[in-house]
Amino acid sequence: MKIGVFVCHCGSNIAGTVDVKAVADQARTLPEVVFASDTMYACSEPGQEGIIEAIKEHGLDGVVVASCTPRMHEPTFRRTLERAGLNRYMFEMANIREHVSWIGKDIEANTRKAVDLVAMAAAKLTHDKGLTSKKFSVNKRVMVIGGGVAGIQAALDCADGGLEVVLVEKTPSIGGKMSKLDKTFPTIDCSSCILGPKMVDIAQHPNITLYASSEVSGLKGYVGNFEVTVTNKASYVDWDACTGCGLCMEKCPSKKSRDVFNEEIGTTTAINIPFPQAIPRKASIDPEYCLKLTKGKCGVCEKLCPTKAIRFDQVDREVVESVGAIVVATGYDLFDHTRYGEYGGGRYADVITSMQYERLLSASGPTGGHIKRPSDGREPENIVFIQCVGSRDKSVGRPYCSGFCCMYTAKQAILTKDHLPESQSYVFYMDIRAPGKMYDEFTRRAMEDYGAKYIRGRVSMIHPKGGRYVVRGADTLMGTAVEIEADLVVLAVGAESAKGAPQLAEKLRISYDAYGFYMESHPKLRPVETNTAGVYLAGACQGPKDIPSSVGQGSAAAAKVLALFSKDQVESDPQISEVDIKRCVGCGKCIETCPYSAIEAIDFRGEPKASVIETICQGCGICTSTCPQGAIQLQHFTDNQILAEVNVLCQQSMQQNYE
Amino acid sequence: MSAVDATELRIVGFLCNWCSYGGADTAGVGRFQQPTDLRIIRVPCSGRIDPLFVVKSLINGADGVLVSGCHPRDCHYSEGNFYARRRLEVLKKFLPILGIDHRRFEYTWVSASEGQKWKTVVSTFTEHIHQLGPAPKINREALVLARTLAAKAV
Repeated sequence: MKIGVFVCHCGSNIAGTVDVKAVADQARTLPEVVFASDTMYACSEPGQEGIIEAIKEHGLDGVVVASCTPRMHEPTFRRTLERAGLNRYMFEMANIREHVSWIGKDIEANTRKAVDLVAMAAAKLTHDKGLTSKKFSVNKRVMVIGGGVAGIQAALDCADGGLEVVLVEKTPSIGGKMSKLDKTFPTIDCSSCILGPKMVDIAQHPNITLYASSEVSGLKGYVGNFEVTVTNKASYVDWDACTGCGLCMEKCPSKKSRDVFNEEIGTTTAINIPFPQAIPRKASIDPEYCLKLTKGKCGVCEKLCPTKAIRFDQVDREVVESVGAIVVATGYDLFDHTRYGEYGGGRYADVITSMQYERLLSASGPTGGHIKRPSDGREPENIVFIQCVGSRDKSVGRPYCSGFCCMYTAKQAILTKDHLPESQSYVFYMDIRAPGKMYDEFTRRAMEDYGAKYIRGRVSMIHPKGGRYVVRGADTLMGTAVEIEADLVVLAVGAESAKGAPQLAEKLRISYDAYGFYMESHPKLRPVETNTAGVYLAGACQGPKDIPSSVGQGSAAAAKVLALFSKDQVESDPQISEVDIKRCVGCGKCIETCPYSAIEAIDFRGEPKASVIETICQGCGICTSTCPQGAIQLQHFTDNQILAEVNVLCQQSMQQNYE
Repeated sequence: MSAVDATELRIVGFLCNWCSYGGADTAGVGRFQQPTDLRIIRVPCSGRIDPLFVVKSLINGADGVLVSGCHPRDCHYSEGNFYARRRLEVLKKFLPILGIDHRRFEYTWVSASEGQKWKTVVSTFTEHIHQLGPAPKINREALVLARTLAAKAV
């Protein structure tokens, strides 16, 4: 075998702390290596051309590139090999950037390590063989999980592109957080006026099937052929029959049910439609408060319902949907402000969250858009906004910036002045973060045109005093302590990952970060893809985002799905398991352990043998390390290939290690 | 750090592609300084790691072996790391029977976002191996004798 080795400088990224020339020189002494050189940027066009030239000139059978992580450029170089006429799997990468040059400054030690990594890659390469992909057909249906603005956008774009879409929403209505907002920054557009038509489009689009009050409970399969189990929670109302007339709501005697849509300011009836613009506009019963379900009495709604839609005996049911791709748009949750004991959230009636305030501002909210204190219904004069409640605060485990709170606080200060011209707003802030289009101008308007007083500093304490609240804090620009008597305190709560996000990630086999936000495939270049093929991300489930970014990502995810489905068949990864039929004794251990049921028992001349179903195998190799015979081998990661790396690594010590 | 100053030892790392290898990449991107002793072998899943790879490395003279995969329940292949956990735990108990110091082998879970944790894992393990010192040399005659006895026993 003729191997060529290319050691990349990566500018000074590698060459700065690794003697790349020495690595190339050492590589030349390796067995089967006939050519080795160093190159400035191996991944650049001239770099790749250099590799192609060397392959042709030296008749190379395989290539080792020592550069960055294979998670970044393995596909790039595999394409290069293909352009030179080699099989793309005759390629190995030595990661001498992320794993060497960037983690140590000792040139000597780094160079030694780089030489070892190249030797390991070359040793593995001598055991590599060319692999060819199979093609399999894709099911051109897509599932969107989450019916917030990002999910709505993704679903509409996919549906408009001609795909069949299944939209799964956890709550009884789509709309997400955006539907609860009164106005949106920086244009002061009415939120439900711009979102409402999109929600209606979802309901009316012939290509979209909507499952509300539903959650994804299981996932099987792989890109192009997923089988998703959706659990539809019992609403105790037959939604096919319910017309959303709302008569049941008028007559329901149990009026203490939690009003989730209005952020629990006020209560609602046990049978309810979450809000007037809800999609689907169907009633559901809160089983905790329904008198019929808790005490067996009442049943007024059942008697009154003109379409006889009430079903007290309804139970959760499961539906299995076959789709080819999944867009995850599960959004975010808001920080629990009661964790700041010093602010008295949860104890003082007039210390509320920004989202609750949003409902007070909204004309469709519990107060009809009149700002009234929850405690006594009085109009507040002094309103204090406190920013960064659950953002940029390590002490509550939220060191990150939630991104949109500065902007919505400015918006709320502006709206407050519109609603109550006599009022005075104070905003305690740490820094103003307003980097979007027209954003900085907007926050300035809040200060200059609407007279909101911005105080740079944190609030240390809030305590009640004669029907008002004393807000004590610091003004770090003035270097003084400040005390403000407030009638209403609004806490600008930050964003955190949605409840249950890690559990869903485990079902979908995607990764999440330390805070529960889903991880994109590459933070800059693959922002809506996950590491699981066919699963895409949109919106705030990936990290806090405002409406424009969420919509942008929804469309981006839809574009990725449409691109995936633009082919009738997709190529499978040939790095899958293969059974050596002569070695296989048919014990069936691999069949038992395979998480994908990708191995089946076959009859081979009267003897039981294992056989891999190529399109289902995902290439994890659990079977390979289970097989007592070593008969089933994961291609490209065979025992011999991995042990070749071990052997090279331990060779020197082996010689020294025997007395 | 003592591990960096002293002569390098031979530490082999088996890392799953999706979590820990990504975590090691994240540590690199974050420029988290680490000792240089560890050489990483990339495998698709911790469930692909045959305990024999670990034994073979240690018998061949590696001073330490580190295995790392996705956190349990967070496996890219849904359950590979559960298989890994069982096998590696049994292996840890079994190593002394083979005459190998079980402290030279460790397994951890590091996700792709945990660059800082990976740095800590590498630094701690390397330091630990340096405290144990180089693996004891194998007596060639004893090895030959053992092989002959084993052959006779069969």
